[in-house]
Amino acid sequence: MNDIATHLKNEREQEWRANLRKQISNKERTSKTRVQMPEQKPEIRNQNSLEVNLGLTEGQAISEAQRCIDCPNPTCITGCPVNINIPKFIKKIEGKDFPGAAHVLKETNALPAVCGRVCPQEVQCELNCFYTQKLKKPAVAIGHLERFVADFERNSGSISVPETEKSKEIKVAVIGSGPGGLAAAGDLARFGYAVTVFEALHEIGGVLKYGIPEFRLPNEIVDAEINILKKMGVQFVTNFVVGKTASIDDLKKEGFKAFFVASGAGLPRFMNIPGENFVGVFSSNEYLTRVNLMGASKEGYDTPVLKGKNVAVIGGGNTAMDSVRTAKRLGAERAMIIYRRSIQEMPARIEEIKHAKEEGIEFMNLNNPVEYFADKHGRVNRMRLQKMDLGEPDSSGRRRPVPIEGSEYDVDVDLVVVSVGVSPNPLIPHAVKGLDVTGWGTIKVDPETMQSNISGLFAGGDIVRGGATVILAMGDGRKAAAGIHKYIQEKVNK
Amino acid sequence: MLEIDAPRIANKRQAGHFVIVKIGKEGERIPLTISTANAEKGTISIVIQIVGVTSHKVASLEPGDELTDVVGPLGHATHIEKVGTVLCAGGGVGIAPLLPIAEAMKKAGNKVITVLAARSKELIILEEQMRGFSDSLLITTDDGSYGKKGLVTEGMEEIINREKVHQAIVIGPAIMMKYASLLTKKYNIPTVASLNTIMVDGTGMCGACRVSVDGKTKFVCVDGPEFNAHEVDFDELLMRLGAYSEYEKTNYELYLKSLKQ
Repeated sequence: MNDIATHLKNEREQEWRANLRKQISNKERTSKTRVQMPEQKPEIRNQNSLEVNLGLTEGQAISEAQRCIDCPNPTCITGCPVNINIPKFIKKIEGKDFPGAAHVLKETNALPAVCGRVCPQEVQCELNCFYTQKLKKPAVAIGHLERFVADFERNSGSISVPETEKSKEIKVAVIGSGPGGLAAAGDLARFGYAVTVFEALHEIGGVLKYGIPEFRLPNEIVDAEINILKKMGVQFVTNFVVGKTASIDDLKKEGFKAFFVASGAGLPRFMNIPGENFVGVFSSNEYLTRVNLMGASKEGYDTPVLKGKNVAVIGGGNTAMDSVRTAKRLGAERAMIIYRRSIQEMPARIEEIKHAKEEGIEFMNLNNPVEYFADKHGRVNRMRLQKMDLGEPDSSGRRRPVPIEGSEYDVDVDLVVVSVGVSPNPLIPHAVKGLDVTGWGTIKVDPETMQSNISGLFAGGDIVRGGATVILAMGDGRKAAAGIHKYIQEKVNK
Repeated sequence: MLEIDAPRIANKRQAGHFVIVKIGKEGERIPLTISTANAEKGTISIVIQIVGVTSHKVASLEPGDELTDVVGPLGHATHIEKVGTVLCAGGGVGIAPLLPIAEAMKKAGNKVITVLAARSKELIILEEQMRGFSDSLLITTDDGSYGKKGLVTEGMEEIINREKVHQAIVIGPAIMMKYASLLTKKYNIPTVASLNTIMVDGTGMCGACRVSVDGKTKFVCVDGPEFNAHEVDFDELLMRLGAYSEYEKTNYELYLKSLKQ
């Protein structure tokens, strides 16, 4: 770690940065107010699928960059799962060197335009910012700045491709093209490996494509970042289910020396309450996949999705917010969040909750469904809710919801989206003999190298964590890439 | 009947496996059970009945055309074991996935008795191939245009009354499987049904294919597609299969109209 600290320090002492620091006093910097992200108006955006956040202007970005005081010991970096050199890229913005800022981001982050949009910065870098920690003021808008830089570069028409080491002609397989797989592929390509990413679906991007809606993360932005990886030499194979189309052993015979399994979250969880299999009750994965990946709401696409006037989404996470806001955009008159705890305990990002509220989403907190009812065709038409109270904190530290006996009441619904979490995808754990898995079905790995009990087989993201975020999966991907690099140097190249 | 060039799938597939296919960028993903495969040629064959937009598009492909996406082989392979006498009952296009199962059951040393059923003569498919793997074969048609006039269950019951059957395998429309499994339940014959539900990803992610088996929710794509037929809630399956029926009907009519223009 000392090496990194010294490296950061040396960089901070470079002339251009020292000069920038001198130009504006810290007093002036800290007296500026945090930039507001321009947004589409709520009553307009809840009728379209365009991005809610519009991005900062150059002026806004530079002004926000000036708030960063370029701390001698930057704590923000410790909050970043992919270790972006945050002060450096922000100071590049302040110096109006936007391509330079993009270069800094891409040293450690294969998907800056994605992360600038969907990372929960408020609990990562921005939580560890000097402003949050010491000044008790709103943090520097690191996420907004990251997005600005990535968008600037993409729109400039001259998007840079990170340099890669000379090809080692050693084949490495990445299983799954979601954020974990893409982050690993980027680093492995940089190290000079011949990387092939195997994807089960027909599109590359995993949850970034099937899960996160266009209004939060447009698919074309994901594709632009994937194109960079292609230019770095990463090969992508779609419609390929490792463990089915070919086994790990088959791929070993085809010359692959190491594997990174990032197959993501699989089976959606249901609550096992009566009526959950009625027509019109979806998992959030199915609902979002139909709309986002399959284009169900778009003209000319063959995949249908049931529409609802009264839509209930069960759950309080980001996926629940994505589902309920999607339902609103598809014409729901009443789009409701049903969550068993209070709004304070909701795991969704504050920004998503705020956006959802502005768009007219009803929050029915401290409510839990206990049964669904259907019409004679089996289509759901009513749900029974039970009111909840908060008791003592549970193992997660959040207050435990306790049902209030006799509080049941019925609400009319014609569409229900169950968004109460997922179990790990069972395909790889089932297909690899002797692989060590937990009782939950997640793959056990060494937390430093991400290697499983099987030599040369690494894993990360939701298949290891059970259900986490884009950026934590990316952090795992980077760690695994480093682990694979070390493994190949030690074992394969001997 | 379609022969698809898919060497990796042809190499890995076993009886009972299915594929997901998608046609065109805007197409939907639909599951189709693999009928036969030729590992040397690297091809798999599937049989598809035209019921809507996607099946119409797939069936309209000419030799040499490309399917946009094919992925598989998915699901669990059929459990093949020597049990004695196996009754294979196939309805309509369900005969196609039944073929490799009858073949494997025969090769495992079982006596294979087959009942093929359809509405009318022209919907009886793969008769010669099925005959090749069957010790005896009976055909029933609803309208009596071929074989014995009557339902699949009547043909099955005739065989069950004739000789001891140790296991039954039923594949066909959900309603046919429902009644076929009610029949074998009456005679206490262990029965496997291969379910073809609505699917989106087909790899365990979306849960569109869920079905109640022995009161528990199962995912056909990763837990199936074959289940103990006596434990399957066929009424729920039928209800869920109908989720988009109205939409599919109108959409198909619009599509056919657009073709004429």
